[in-house]
Order: sequence, then C-alpha cells, then structure tokens
Amino acid sequence: MAGPVPVAELISICGPERVVVDHAALRTYESDGLLQYAVVPAAAVLPDSAEEVAAVVGACHRAGVPWVARGSGTGLSGGSLPIEGGVVISLSRMRTIVDADLDNQRIVVEPGVTNAQISVAVGPTHFYPPDPSSQIVCSIGGNVAENSGGVHCFKYGFTTNWVVGCEVVLPDGSTATLGGEHGELDRPGYDLLGAFVGSEGTLGVATRITLRITPAPEATRTVVAYFDTPEQAGQVVSDVVSAGVVPGAMEIMDQLAIEATEAATHAGNPIDAGALLIVELDGSESECAARFDEVVRFCEANGATGVRIAQSADERLLIWKARKAAFAAMGRISPNFYVQDGVIPRTRLPQVLRRIEELGAEYGLRVANVFHAGDGNLHPLVLFDAAVPGQAEHAEELAGRIVEVCVEEGGSLTGEHGIGVDKKRYMPKMFSEADLEAFQRLRCAFDPDGRVNPGKVMPTPRLCGEVPGPYRQHPLEAAGVIERL
Amino acid sequence: MKSESPATYEDAAELLRAAAADGRPVRFRGGGTKLGWGRPIPEPDLELCTAGLGRVLEHNVGDFTAVLQAGVPLALAGERFAEAGQMLALDPPLSPWGGAGDDAAVDAVEAGATIGGIVAANDSGPLRHHYGGVRDLVVGITLVLSDGAIARAGGKVIKNVAGYDLGKLFAGAFGTLGLIAEVTVRLHPKPARTATVVARADEVAPLADAARTLAHAPLEAECLDLWWSAGAGAVLARFGSADPGPRVSEAAALLAKIGGLSVDVDGDDEACWQAQRSAQRGDVVAKVSALPATLPAAVAATEALGGALVARAGLGLAWIRLPAGDDGRETAAHIESLRSALAPAPCVVLDAPADVRAALDPWGDRTGPVDLMRKVKARFDPAGVCAPGLFVGGI
Repeated sequence: MAGPVPVAELISICGPERVVVDHAALRTYESDGLLQYAVVPAAAVLPDSAEEVAAVVGACHRAGVPWVARGSGTGLSGGSLPIEGGVVISLSRMRTIVDADLDNQRIVVEPGVTNAQISVAVGPTHFYPPDPSSQIVCSIGGNVAENSGGVHCFKYGFTTNWVVGCEVVLPDGSTATLGGEHGELDRPGYDLLGAFVGSEGTLGVATRITLRITPAPEATRTVVAYFDTPEQAGQVVSDVVSAGVVPGAMEIMDQLAIEATEAATHAGNPIDAGALLIVELDGSESECAARFDEVVRFCEANGATGVRIAQSADERLLIWKARKAAFAAMGRISPNFYVQDGVIPRTRLPQVLRRIEELGAEYGLRVANVFHAGDGNLHPLVLFDAAVPGQAEHAEELAGRIVEVCVEEGGSLTGEHGIGVDKKRYMPKMFSEADLEAFQRLRCAFDPDGRVNPGKVMPTPRLCGEVPGPYRQHPLEAAGVIERL
Repeated sequence: MKSESPATYEDAAELLRAAAADGRPVRFRGGGTKLGWGRPIPEPDLELCTAGLGRVLEHNVGDFTAVLQAGVPLALAGERFAEAGQMLALDPPLSPWGGAGDDAAVDAVEAGATIGGIVAANDSGPLRHHYGGVRDLVVGITLVLSDGAIARAGGKVIKNVAGYDLGKLFAGAFGTLGLIAEVTVRLHPKPARTATVVARADEVAPLADAARTLAHAPLEAECLDLWWSAGAGAVLARFGSADPGPRVSEAAALLAKIGGLSVDVDGDDEACWQAQRSAQRGDVVAKVSALPATLPAAVAATEALGGALVARAGLGLAWIRLPAGDDGRETAAHIESLRSALAPAPCVVLDAPADVRAALDPWGDRTGPVDLMRKVKARFDPAGVCAPGLFVGGI
C-alpha cells in the first residue's frame, strides 16, 4: 500500500518552488509522448543535484511512495507515465555537461542534457552516434532508460553500446556507480550497467552518465532512390548489406509516408512513388567514394525509377528533414495516428509488408510505413479518426496485430520505443512465463518493494517476496571461504 | 568430482536443480581454456560440461545473425560464417597458449574456447576496437538457472529493447548466476581484404602519439593495438574492406608526421594479429582497465617489472604479462605494485599459478558495487551452488 507523499520532507530537500503539488500544475506531467495515457501524480519534484535526487528517493522509500523519473517526456511507450498517488522526479534541471574528455573520447553529463547537446559539446571533431528523431529535446537520461536508437544505429549501435558508466540512485535511496568509475571498460563484477540501460526506469535513476564518443566522419554521401514497391527498396538494402557495405543509415518510406512528408516538408520527393530508400554512407573520403557507386548500382539494378544524390549539405538536410518529420507529418493526411515500433529479421520484409497490407484492409484503416531498414525496425503508422466512435480502439487493436506479426516472424515487440505501459500486455507473446520470471528476479534484486516505476514492462503486477528457498548454511560458508548476503 | 555433459537444456536444468536441492556446488565447463581464472575455490561436486550442447542451430545469412549452443567452439563457428563471407567479430585467444584453431596445443583442450565460455568470461581480442565486446555482440541468450528454470532474454534480431537485457548481466558473470546454454549473436561482413600499418619505436612517447593520432582519425580502423616488450614496441592499425589501400596510405601519412617511428605496411597481416591475441595469455597475466591516455603509464609500470604488454590502444584495455617468479608471494607483490602504480584503474589477474592466486585477490578491490551484486546472485542462484566463491567479492 502506498503511503501519503511526504510533501514537507520533499520541500525541505528541494525548497517549495521545486516541489509541485497543485493539481493544475501537475497536469504538465500527466503524460509523456504517448498521449493515450494520462495519470496526474500526487507530486512532482525538480531536484538540482544527485544528492537531492538521492534524498527524494530516500524519502519516498521510507514513506512507501512509488515514483517515476522523467526526462523530457518524449517517450512513446508511456515509460514515464506517472503512478497514481506517486511522485514524478523530473531531471530537467540537471543539465550540466560535467566533463568533455576528447583525449580519451569520453563525455560526462547530467541526465537532463539533451541528446543533441552532446554531439555539439564534442564537435566538430567528434560526435555521439545514437540519434533518436526527438534528439533536439529528448534527454540522455531518458535515452539511457529506454536504450534509445535512431537512424544511425545499424552501423554505430544503440545507447547501450555507448554508455560506459552511470552514477545511479537505487530504490532505497542509496547510490552506486554502475560500469566504469572513470570511464574505463570492464570494471570487475556483474555488468549491472548493461542490465540498467534499457530497463525503462524500473531499477533506479541515473544522475550522472559517462558516454563514449567517436571521431566525426570525414565524409558523408547521401542518396535517395524511388521505387514502385517497398519490396524493391528492401532488396537494395539486402544487396548492400550482403556486399559488405555498412551504411551509416538506410531508411525506407512507403507511398503514404512520402505523401504525408511531402505535404509537410516539400522535400521534392515524388508523391506517386511506391517507396523511397535513403542510403547514407559515412566514414573516410576514400571508402565512401568507393562504396557509393556500388550503392547507386544496386538501386538501379533493382528497378529504381529515379535516383537523387545530395549535391550539398543543404540538400542532404532536406532529404533527412522529410524522413525525420515522418511521424509528425501524419497529421497532414489523418486526424490521428498511432505509432507502432516492431522489429523483424530484415529478410522477412516482403512477407511482413504483405501481412500489414492485409490487416489494414481487414480493419478498414490506412497504414503508412517507415522503416529503419538496416536493422529491421518498422514503424507502421496506423491512421484513424478519434472523432469516429470506436475507431481509436480499433486502430490500437490493429497496431497490436501488426506487432504480433513481427514477433511471429522472429522479431521483437519493440526496437527502440520500449514496452512501458503501452505494450506490456503483449509481453507474453514474446516471452514465456519462465522468461518473465527471470526478468522479475533482476527487478527484485534492485527494487524488492516494487516502488520504482511499478506497472511498467511486466504484463501483470508481481510481488518480490523474500529471496526464495530455505536458508541452509553451505559447507564453504561454514568454513569461511564464501559469504552470503 | 562428477562430470556430466547434458545434451538438452532440460537435462541440464534437471542436473542443476538436483545439485541445488542437495546444496552441491557446480561449475560449468566449455573448452576448459580458462578454468584457472577467478578466485581459487575448492573442487565442486559437479562439473556440467557443454560438450553435448555443440550445435550451430541457425545461421541466418541474410539477417547476419546466428544461434549457437554454448558448447560450440568459436573456431568452428568462425569457419562456418566465413563460408558466407561473414564473421562473428570476437577474437579472443582460443587456448591458454593463445593459439589459433589449428594450433596443435588446442587439441589438448578439445577444440579451443567455446562461445559459452567466452561469453561467461567476457573475453575479447583486437576486433573489440571496432565491433565492441561480448556484451555488444550477444543479442539473445538462453539461461538455465539453479532452480531448474530455463529462461530466454533478448531475441534473434539485432535491434530489440523488449524485456531486461539479461545477456549483458550473464556476460562476464563467470557462471556464477547460472548456465549460459545458448546465445544468439550478431554477425558482420568479413572484410574481403585487410592490411595493417605498423609503427615501431623504442620509446613510448611516439607510440602514444601514434595511437592517439589513429584513434582520433576518421579512418575507422578495424583494430588498433599496441605492444611493448623489452624496451621496444609498436602500434598496429588494421584496415579492412574491398580495398583498404587508400586508408592504409592515409594512416601511414599521418604517422609519418610523428618523429621517431619506423612505419611499415603489412599486407599479409594475420600473423601479427595472432601474436597480439596470444600475448593475452601466459604464466602470469593481469588485465588492466585504464583509459587510452594512461597507457604510457601502463607501459612504464610493465617495463619496471620486466614484463610485456599488449593493449587495445583506443579503448584503454591492456594485458600485462609478468615473468613468473620462483615465489608466489613475490609475484603477488609485483601485481600489487602494478595495481598501485595504475590506480584507480582496475587490474584483474587472469592467468597465474595457484600460489600467486592464493596470495592475493585476483579481482582486486576496484570492483563494482558488491552489495548489489550479492542481491542479484541471491535472486538468480538462491541455493548459491553456481561456482560459489569464484567471483568478485567472494560471490
């Protein structure tokens, strides 16, 4: 049972101006980027430092109050949806870039720093590759919680591949450093950092994050090619990868997505094309030049109806503007839309597209498709009109059927948006009861009382209980060779 | 000690569950190439071998993934992937002698290191520079826990954020949380050609300059290593693609601007990288987790003890080989002096004779949060039978 929020104690930690209890003001925090869900929390606090975060978490722990950490609130799975009667800990005031160590290719930041600020801080010589579409506003703390991706992760990897250390506040209010203390790799012990990144804010909250950075590519070459069908574009992706070329990004949009983004951005893409494929090579000048012609040849060999090569930095940005605007642009062709985030083995693209088309017809709803084609991450956008009674539920059901198809084809429920509240009911489609039980073991090791972001990720509420099994003193323990918790 | 080689995950689960019910300690064995690593512990009651779990279950060529049972020797899987022009970008030494799959010595330890053992020990080689380590290449895992549960985490696609990433938790856990029965790995295209730029010097400073220059150049080297032994050393940068020539020339040109280096290009470079891998094993080997800029200090500390070093120059990881002394306590004292010279960098003893291990804690004291690790251990292995005492903090 959740106790009452210890408002007086929170005020003593952060001061009255950084503790929000007014209902109207709290509505700022009622949803994240997934607006279908809204819960007004009992309180929100805006700590300024790791010490304040630890004190707030400790107060919640003693009071038995559940809490959720929040970055910029751009998450698309309801991962930072407030808990009824609980506290929102907003990290938005912790925005300091602590140390940019270019020599060792590391940067230390507070969790409220935005993704885009990191590359700015280490540029122009270096950059931080994971680049979710919301990078201008999304916070690195949120990226760590969700293991965020972006268009460059096929080549460069995901957030988890770039985080080398995190100072965290654990659910009991204590602090720990997971991963490297000074940016080093392979600190002895369990890789708790690897388990923490992508745990959707259920194991604790990061208050300081150390990231690797990498040299900025010397050259970037971008091509957009148009096809009659997405399958042809998909075949180019397979051909490129099979030839051993590893582009920085490969993105496909179908006709509906092209139509919407063209209305929004006027990027110059033909709205009657069945699909477009963006391929961007980056790296050394010589390697880019050598491989670029190969990529263009693959496009032509697979029936490209047109090929446009970016001739300038501005033209490249225009090509990307269309792609990065894809979600928002849906508003041009539909009153409402639902963003899905499934993953498939890349080779199953033709079958999955066919199934999505069939399902769309069955439900009488249009589906636009945008893919991170290199890593098989699909974002079908289900278009609907919330003013039509029942259509929102109908659209959500269709989106659910689509992600089930992804899992049936050997893929995943989510590639980068997370499970959150939105997809937890589908978890049993991908994981057995034994799998879920193993996840719960990890969660209970960190949060035995279930106070941190409860109700997320797992399909049904679970209690931890004591460490299972009768206690028996082991002979080695009796001999003093080993010790037990 | 009883030894069992279950052929199914269910059989492994039953053996483990039965041992746990009786409180009998168990250890897991793959190729048997790293059994001495970790804290010395008494011989357990049961050894569970993965020899019966030796199948490559899937190689999804078009998707660049593979599903391997834990007992698959890495060398064998690598041959299979190479037939399709692909590779698993993990290249640790495959035997205690550091040899390759065709090394006669490897036969003595079956077929060399297995994928399960490499993941459990978080071992890696020069390819880690560009492709990451075990944690970056394992995308799915099947676990057998000591209460008999068989659980999967991750998936079969390279991008996936559904559920907790237990693959990373079990990678490097040395079998103390349970058995890794199966892993799904991401594969990469195997470069059609490789060539290596080698810059030699008998002073550390120009080598450090060379390493820094190449680490910060936008040339995307596949490997970037350094070695030092007996007053001389080299920086090696490997480039791979259909035609690595232009980048090799650019790298050589950058190095030519640094004085005091002798720069060559090795177009047939397998042997020099095999030597880098082999040098990670020896009679006494300590692995240092430093930062790139502190490598010169690691070289100096190595030199002071008459040792030799190989390092991932862009990552800050170094393997220091020390001469085995007559007296274990003396060698242990050398390791402790290395630790204090390189503090706060963690320094873990990998290979060492029993008397050295008995005289120090191989993990050292620069470890992660041990209290939290104990809580994780208690949840995954509540009976405490999986290699008790072997791990950090006596876990």
